Order: sequence, then structure tokens, then C-alpha cells
Amino acid sequence: MTRERRSAGRRHVAWWFVAPALFVIGVFFVLPVIAALAMSLTDFDIYALADLSNLRIVGLRNYVELLQRPLFWTALGNTLYFVAVGVPLSLAASLGAALLLNSRLARFQPFFRTALFAPVVTTVVAVAVIWRYLLGTRYGFINYALGALGVPPIDWLGDPRFAMPAIILFAVWKNFGYNMIILLAGLQNIPHELYEAARIDGASAFAQFRFVTLPMLAPILAIVGILTVAGYFQLFAEPYVMTQGGPLQSTLSVLYFMYEEGFKWWNLGNASAVAFLLFLLIFAVTLVQTRVVRRGAFAQ
Amino acid sequence: MTGFPRGARRFAACALAVLVAFVAAGCGEPAHDATVVRFWAMGREGEVVTALLPEFERTHPGIRVDVQQLPWTAAHEKLLTAFAGDATPDVAQLGNTWIPEFAALGALHPLDASIAGSSVDPHDFFAGIWDTNVVDTRVYGVPWYVDTRLLFYRRDLLEAAGIADAPRSWPEWTRALAAVKAHAAPGHYAILLPMNEFEPLLALALQQDDPLLRDGGRHGNFESAGFRRAFGFYVDMFRDGYAPPVTAAQMSNVWNEFGRGTFAFYISGPWNIGEFERRLPAALQSAWATAPLPGPDGPGASIAGGSSLVVFRAARAKDAAWQLIEYLSRPDIELRFRELTGDLPPRRSAWRDPALAADAHARAFRDQLERVKPAPKVPEWERIADEMRVVAERAARGQWSVDEAVRELDARAERILEKRRWLLARAAAARDAAR
Repeated sequence: MTRERRSAGRRHVAWWFVAPALFVIGVFFVLPVIAALAMSLTDFDIYALADLSNLRIVGLRNYVELLQRPLFWTALGNTLYFVAVGVPLSLAASLGAALLLNSRLARFQPFFRTALFAPVVTTVVAVAVIWRYLLGTRYGFINYALGALGVPPIDWLGDPRFAMPAIILFAVWKNFGYNMIILLAGLQNIPHELYEAARIDGASAFAQFRFVTLPMLAPILAIVGILTVAGYFQLFAEPYVMTQGGPLQSTLSVLYFMYEEGFKWWNLGNASAVAFLLFLLIFAVTLVQTRVVRRGAFAQ
Repeated sequence: MTGFPRGARRFAACALAVLVAFVAAGCGEPAHDATVVRFWAMGREGEVVTALLPEFERTHPGIRVDVQQLPWTAAHEKLLTAFAGDATPDVAQLGNTWIPEFAALGALHPLDASIAGSSVDPHDFFAGIWDTNVVDTRVYGVPWYVDTRLLFYRRDLLEAAGIADAPRSWPEWTRALAAVKAHAAPGHYAILLPMNEFEPLLALALQQDDPLLRDGGRHGNFESAGFRRAFGFYVDMFRDGYAPPVTAAQMSNVWNEFGRGTFAFYISGPWNIGEFERRLPAALQSAWATAPLPGPDGPGASIAGGSSLVVFRAARAKDAAWQLIEYLSRPDIELRFRELTGDLPPRRSAWRDPALAADAHARAFRDQLERVKPAPKVPEWERIADEMRVVAERAARGQWSVDEAVRELDARAERILEKRRWLLARAAAARDAAR
């Protein structure tokens, strides 16, 4: 047996080993995606469910009509608002908490680590009930605290101007613990010698953070940023349990819009088109992010 | 078995003995040749209906009912999925606004033949409620319980404002709202119309002569004079400060707020009779009452809501399924069902029951039920009703004028009904070609 033949045989065997995984990915991921793309080119609805002869192939009409619907743009605007404000806030909260936990001055670290991570593992429906109480207009704790500062009561979930900030606050609180744990692991991996050297050079605490911590943490921050953006674009559960997209559709996200089109009104053609637009959007944003990160890495 | 150690041998013997015992027990039981009726019911009704079934199974030997409970929030999706997967039950409880949709799907079995000659007498049912089950002259369901919207009000707050009786017409109603609001403490209102519900506006719109959709459900009819009048009346209750612009979720506890006097009028349904009786303090029990919904000039119509019992086209046990529906529709069973759930019966003969006739809070519903109208019977209606709610919220918050709002509503309905127009045009063309 020659060496090439043996390696070809090995490659053959390798295919057999990955075949089960490929099969599962094909059946449960690739096929549904292709089916959804095909469906987005039709007007599949309950009439088509009754009788397939009621199905019309409409080409790109679903996409064209979506782009002309004010509600879609409202949903897109709300989602971008949520991402643009929520992601930096969430990252800042995660980094801040991680720095505090990593500080040598911190006491009861395991306790705080668990406490700050707890919101991530609680069910969103259960904590939404508590947050609805906290955000209540007349008896809510947040308004009570603001009242002590002289701020008049805010109708958090009922006023179209404040509903999205309330959702952002809730989402950041719910999610920051996850990134905090990852960043904490990153912080603990930074060698102590670097800080010692910086201190010997007379660097202030801020300078140490700026010139040691941030550069060493950059790759992890980049990954965490990309994942958080992709996750925050898929905003759904928070408005679903807190506001049902209201008031005045100010918390309607793209995914919520898709859910209503697909599973409330059973316009699966339209819903598939929304899903693909959202996919393209997340894909484009992630592409830009990775470009920026790579250029940043070369610049260093 | 000689090669096995003794313990293993003994174990094998025991296992064999147990197996034999199981088989013997299995043979001893009667064979399951009973017809099984698969029955899907929602929410509270699904929980309590099981209490009514032993008697049915006793009086109908050979039929066994298998109840599956669905939560309301998932019911619609589950039924559609079941239809898509050929897994529909024999009998199901269906919200009566869903009947046109499932009839359009071809999922339902028409009941006209079963009803003829049975104890289910269509004329004994409230006409508006029965009508919700009729699609293109065929009957697809039998009403199980009814649901409509009318006024809950605080008699003491009205009296304090100088209003002796519940309003019967829009002018009287407006006068009462103004008087209550003028007497109300700051932060208190005259009426609660939750912005997440389309039902109050729909009830007012059904009081008009103009239909909500025109040309056989091909177009919206929201720019008609009638809908404009209802819409204007509804929106003005917000603009004049009689109603707070809130959703029910924001009123974290509607019953407490009603008890506190945050609002004096509330448009709601029969389930709240039980809730108010349970949740309001004893001192307030004589202070609240129900009244039929006021109309433009005199008592007006309201929504014909509720649930019906339907048989699916793919049902295996259609005869047994119909026997179950006939049993559950008996007036005495409807009354027992009411005791269990608080749901109101759809048959006039059940309402002759002394206990029900003497119930002061239910009496307004008995009166209202003679004046209920179904919503337009097209599958797209729920979606249009949702748009109606969204548009009404914008108008109530002052973003759109009534003119702008009704024009927008017609435009949205036009888009939603596009597929329906295409289907109707295609069917008409096919008929012409056949001729």
C-alpha cells in the first residue's frame, strides 16, 4: 500500500466519522434554511395550508412589500436603538463588574460572582413579573427611588418614550453576568508581572487599565462584542413578556414582528422574508465588526 | 440454566413468574372495544369538563372520552399545527371567532344533518350567538358558553355624582362620564377602556347599521358614517379625559383599582362577575352592578363571543362526537357547567333556572344576549381587529385625527384582504368557465 493510497483511505474513513454530524446538520439546519428561503418567495398562509393550489409564487414581492411597510421600519428602528444603546451599556456593565470582582480588594468574591451571574440563569418570565412591579408607575420601587431625588413619576412601560429604555435596562441587567464571567476569566489570565512592571514605571491605576488591561483583553472583548451584538439583534423575550411590543409599538423588535407575522397571523411567507432580512443584517454587521477587529489587531 | 449461579437462576424464575402474572392480569381485563372520543378543551373549561364526563360515559356505554387540556395562549397554534399534521381531535372547544378560519381551512365537519332531529334546537339559542357558528349557510359548531361585553359600574360613585340610574344611551352615558369625572379625585377617571383590547371599540362599532366589511368581506368599510361615529365616540372618551390611556397590564390589579374608585365604569365580560364577587371587600359588594351596553339611542348591541363545540372533518368517531356535543348542550348540563366555571349558558331554556334568573349581576347579561352580533366572518378578521386596536390607540393618544385613522384602517384592511379577493375572483372565474 503506497502512502497516498493509505492517506486517501484514511480520508475516506474520516468522512464516515463526520457523516453523522453532517447528516444532523443537513437535516436540522441546512434543509430548514433552504425551505425557509423558498417559502419567503411564496405567500404561504392558512389558505395555502388548506389547499396547496392556493399558494402563489410571488418572487421578491414579500421583500419589496416589507421594505415599504412602516411597521417593519419601526421594528428595525427599535431594534437598532436597542442594539446601539444596549450593547455598549451591557459591555460596560460586564467589564465594570468583572474589574470589581477581579480586584484584590474585593471580599466575598464567590458570593458576588454567583449573585451577579444569577439573573442569567433565572427564567425571563419570572423576573419580568418582578420587574413589572419595580417599574410600576404608582407603587413601583424605581419611581419611589427617583421620587426621593425629586424626579416626578415615570410611566415606564406605558409611555412610548420610556418603554424602550425600560426594556434596555431589564435586558442589560438580565444578560451582563454572562459576559462578566468570560471577561473575568480573561482578566485572570493577564500575567501579574505586567502590572508590577507598570507600577515600577510609575503608571497610575487608570494608565494600567488603559495600557495593560485593555490591550490584553482586546481579543476577548472583540469576541464578546460580536456575540452580544448578534444576540441583541434577536431581541424578543423581553418585550414579549413585558410590553407585548407596545405602547404604540415602541418596543416591537424585528424578531417580534416576525413572530407575529408567522405564528399569530400565520403568514409564513412574510415571516420567512423577515427572518432572512434579519439574517442578512446580522451577517453584514458581524462582517464589519470582524473587519474592524482584524485591522485593529494588525495595527497593534 | 445449569451453567448459571444459583442467584441468577432464582432471579430468572421470579421474573418469569411476574411476567406470567402480568399476562394473566391483562387477559382478565375486559377488552378495550369502546369508541374513544378525543376531546380538546381550553383553559379552565378543559379542567372542569372532566367532572361532567362520568355521567356521559355511564349513559353512553361503549363511548369513552379522552380529554386533552390546552392553554388558551397556545390553543390556536396547536390546532393549526394539528390540522397541518393530520392530527386533529374528534371534538374541540373553539373560540367562536375562529370558526370562519377553520371552516375556510376545510377542517370542520358540518353539523346541519346531526342537529336536525336532535335535542339541539337552534331557536332555543340566542340568535347572535348561534349565528357565529354559521358560515355560508352551513352550521359548523354548537355554542357551549357565551361571552359578551357590557358595563360594570360603581353605583355609589354614580350616585355621588348625581346620576341615579345606569346610562342607557350614548348621550346619557356621556353625561354620566362627565359628572363622574367632575366629582373624581385627582388621578381618578370615569371609565377604564384597556388599550390592549379591541373589544370595547368593536362592541360600539357593532351597534351601527353599517357593516364593518363590505362586498362580501372583500374591503374594509371603516370610512362609513357608522364606524366613524363609533370610533369618534370611543376616541373622545380618551381625549376628554374620561378614560386613562393605559393597558390592562399597567393597571397592575384591575379589581383593586375598581375597588379604590380609580374608575367608575369598566367594559368587560362575564368572567369578571365572579372575580369582583371574590376580590372586592364585603362593604363594596352592594356598590357595584352590571348594565347592558348603552347604544347611540337606547340599549345597544354588543359582541357575540364565547366558545363552541365543533367536530373535525378528519374525526374517526363522528357519531360518538356528536353524542358528546348533544349531551354537553343539554340545559341541565349547561347549568352544572355554569356552577363549575361561572360561564354563562347559550340556551334561553337554561336561563329559566331560578338560581340563574335571580342572579342580579347576570341579569344584565341575559338582557344583552338578546342583542349580540357576530364580528365579520372572514378568517382575516382577528388581524383586522388587531389593526383596529393599534389605530385606535394612535388616535386616542392624539397622533391621528379620526379621519386619518379610519382612512389608514381601510388601507390596512385592503392589504390584509388581498389574498381573499384573489381567491374569490379565482373561484368566480372557475364558476364562469364551468358555465
